Amino acid sequence: MSKTVTDVICPFCGTLCDDLVVVTDDEGKKILSVENACAIGAEKFLHSSDHSHRVTRPRKLQEDGSFKEITYEEAIEYTAQMLVNAKKPSMYGWSSTNCESQSVGHEIAELCGALVDNTAAVCHGTTLVAVQNVGIPSCTLGEVKNRADRIIFWGSNPAHGHPRHMSRYSIFPRGYFTGKGQKQRKIIVVDPRCTDTSSLADVHLQVEQGYDYELLQALRAAVRGQELTGDIIAGVPKEKVYEAAEMLKSGRFGVIFFGMGVTQSLGKDHNIDAAIMLTKDLNDYTKFSIIAMRGHYNVTGSGQVLGWQFGFPYSVDLSRGFARYNPGETGTIEVLKRKEIDAMFVLGSDPGAHFPMQCVKEISKLPSVAIDPHITPTTSICKVHVPVAFVGVEVGGNCYRMDNVPIESRKVVEPPEGMLTDQQFLEGVLKRVRELKAN
Amino acid sequence: MSTITINLISGRTIQQGVSMEGGKETDKYMKACGIIEIDESDFKRLGIMKNTNVKVKSQHGEVIVKAIEATQGPHPGVAFIPMGPWANSVTSPETYSTGMPTFKGVPITIEPADREKVLNSIELVRSKCWGDE
Repeated sequence: MSKTVTDVICPFCGTLCDDLVVVTDDEGKKILSVENACAIGAEKFLHSSDHSHRVTRPRKLQEDGSFKEITYEEAIEYTAQMLVNAKKPSMYGWSSTNCESQSVGHEIAELCGALVDNTAAVCHGTTLVAVQNVGIPSCTLGEVKNRADRIIFWGSNPAHGHPRHMSRYSIFPRGYFTGKGQKQRKIIVVDPRCTDTSSLADVHLQVEQGYDYELLQALRAAVRGQELTGDIIAGVPKEKVYEAAEMLKSGRFGVIFFGMGVTQSLGKDHNIDAAIMLTKDLNDYTKFSIIAMRGHYNVTGSGQVLGWQFGFPYSVDLSRGFARYNPGETGTIEVLKRKEIDAMFVLGSDPGAHFPMQCVKEISKLPSVAIDPHITPTTSICKVHVPVAFVGVEVGGNCYRMDNVPIESRKVVEPPEGMLTDQQFLEGVLKRVRELKAN
Repeated sequence: MSTITINLISGRTIQQGVSMEGGKETDKYMKACGIIEIDESDFKRLGIMKNTNVKVKSQHGEVIVKAIEATQGPHPGVAFIPMGPWANSVTSPETYSTGMPTFKGVPITIEPADREKVLNSIELVRSKCWGDE
């Protein structure tokens, strides 16, 4: 016999697909199959259910580079002591956990005067800066599916990063006002490479890498009917820019989806300023919205929880007893480069793999704790590794989709016996931090 | 055989995502991300066969990866390493006061290194941090 769980949320990317069907054995311990998920989502469920290669108890790094198993109580004690004794600890990550755990973590951060930052620091951080500069005209993915007939993917390759985004929302689905699906939509892809996404585009603007700002401003001018000078603009022939501008203006409802191509290339937040202003300009002719292609399934949620608790979406510095925010100064990358923090707490992220190596080297020198169900480069250089249950697979909780819609994730199977969840571990640390602070 | 200069970008691939969820300590992750995708014309300039190891150097570091032909291309003048510790051994930590490192648009040189080994992610990060393994 087997059990079937329907309407499961996929805890991989910001698309947060909510139609997965997971079949488990009748004890609810092992996942037998996953339907409707993309290759990455399916692998996440199946890998987590295979307990043979999982670390199930906390472990402490030894001098020879090996690990020694410790108890959860010892791990809680180490973490609490580390955070309480540090002058300026960093608590980084938060994107692969639920909002409930984030909230407990922030309480610890407030007590310890920590710096709280999420993975937007190396992802859509510059988007958040731009949104504060110029605002954001946005909509939900449901509106995209039902209304949008013009789609731009700018510096984003959803065929690889968000594999079901195109079929659920942006290119293929048939919605209320988009009954003909793909036939009714015009797709523009802006990317310096020919990608699997650009192969589906009506127009591919193969921008010269790093010249997105120039192309965005040229497109704004073309939309307004102004004359462009020069035959090639940012690597794109002038005629193609005009063609794209006309295509955008002739639609009934358009959406710009943008990704790392604009947030991480030179120009950074100024690129996104320009993309948002293009959206504003297009609203003089038709209806247009813009949505960031958020990566982790709950990075948006981390921004939301930080936002309503401290007023800022990432890079929040609580070391002075009140919230300060200045990403160019309080961002995790910046403080690591300046060697300003004296302890590193990582949860639900892998800076060891995804930070520039100079910053990873700095983490390896600090007292550090990594909370992660996987074995990762981060867990292999941190002083203590605490494995926890997979959120969205072994424990539920609230998550936010890339369009800021909250969705409750579901528990599908039991975690390995005796294993704590993020929230339980953090509550243990919070209790111990309170005791230490009281004395 | 010669050294070439090229512009590096990093980013997601579906193989990177699948192998990351399957375990970053595995060889599968190394095979998915310990690579550099370059155009055929760049192989000719380098004077090497496809699927041979190369040393990638930037002002910020160096790393050994396997050079393969661009799976999503062509993209003349641009090289691609999937996001991960291999790419981040050479990407720029410069943020220009935005808090965001420059993961895309890093000038690099590529030189043949067919006798050197591509390390897995754990070995790579530990050797960069501790310098002894």
